[in-house]
Amino acid sequence: MARDIKKGILGIKVGMTQIFDENGKAIPVTVVEAGPCVVIQKKKVETDGYNAIQVGFYNLKEKKVNKPLMGHFKKANVKPVRFIKEFRVSDADAYEVGQEIKVDIFAPGDIVDVVGTSKGKGFAGGVKRHNFARGSMGHGSKYHRRPGSLGAKGPARVFKGRKLPGRMGGERVTVQGLKVVKVYPERNLILIKGAIPGPKRGLVMIKDSVKA
Amino acid sequence: MQDIIRSIEEEYYKKDLPQFGPGDTVKVHVKVIEGNRERIQVFEGTVIKIRGEGLSKTFTVRRISFGVGVERTFPLHSPKIAKIEVVRRGKVRRARLYYLRELTGKKAKVKEKGR
Repeated sequence: MARDIKKGILGIKVGMTQIFDENGKAIPVTVVEAGPCVVIQKKKVETDGYNAIQVGFYNLKEKKVNKPLMGHFKKANVKPVRFIKEFRVSDADAYEVGQEIKVDIFAPGDIVDVVGTSKGKGFAGGVKRHNFARGSMGHGSKYHRRPGSLGAKGPARVFKGRKLPGRMGGERVTVQGLKVVKVYPERNLILIKGAIPGPKRGLVMIKDSVKA
Repeated sequence: MQDIIRSIEEEYYKKDLPQFGPGDTVKVHVKVIEGNRERIQVFEGTVIKIRGEGLSKTFTVRRISFGVGVERTFPLHSPKIAKIEVVRRGKVRRARLYYLRELTGKKAKVKEKGR
């Protein structure tokens, strides 16, 4: 079950750079353009079986939205948005429909978790996909990057879940315990220490950390 | 997207940097913190490499100290650098002066640029 979060926001990854801290140390940071997000709907245990808020991010032209979705936006009286996500919260009534969530909910020093969709790597072999050890590249060896044994002879079959080459990346990835380095509330920017999943312009979700 | 990153980096840029390139002899004034005292240490030598772009641009200075070659790489915009002075302009024909590492004595000198 999803965990109730204290605060969360949607953003778009801008890219990475580095800044200097007060000791003159260079810190690698990822720049995220986050918010303003708007609350579109409140979900409650009585009606939906769980407590959550539905938030939208990134304003769109009206003609880019189909009619059913437009009706949904009209109902909440909000502008059409490109991305809609849900945040589980313990008390949905703490939020109002149409309320804006901005980056200023986060402050420098906060520990956050960032959720994104990782970059697609295509069909990848075992060495890249599952960190298999590779064979010797020299000394007469012809066994370079192959997956190795698929199991014992006895069962006469390969067990399900066997790690093998296949599609890698393009899946939901969470990075936990990242530090907020800086927040620019008036420009809707947040700087997070270290790398976060996904390509530039990819949607990311920033939440308070499970481990905080 | 790049504009956003540039605008963030801009806050940290140094405005008063002198123009210098590979082969130039420079004095780098580095802030050193000892205990709770701060003093300035000067590192003088030849610039053998400049790499990177924006805030992550760095340069490497090589000098011979007590017969041992010492190379230090500094982030160009680091707040730990108080000042950079250009002592001499060198005449070189490449961007990376790695060949200096193999040379000693007089051969390891970079000729001054004629004006």
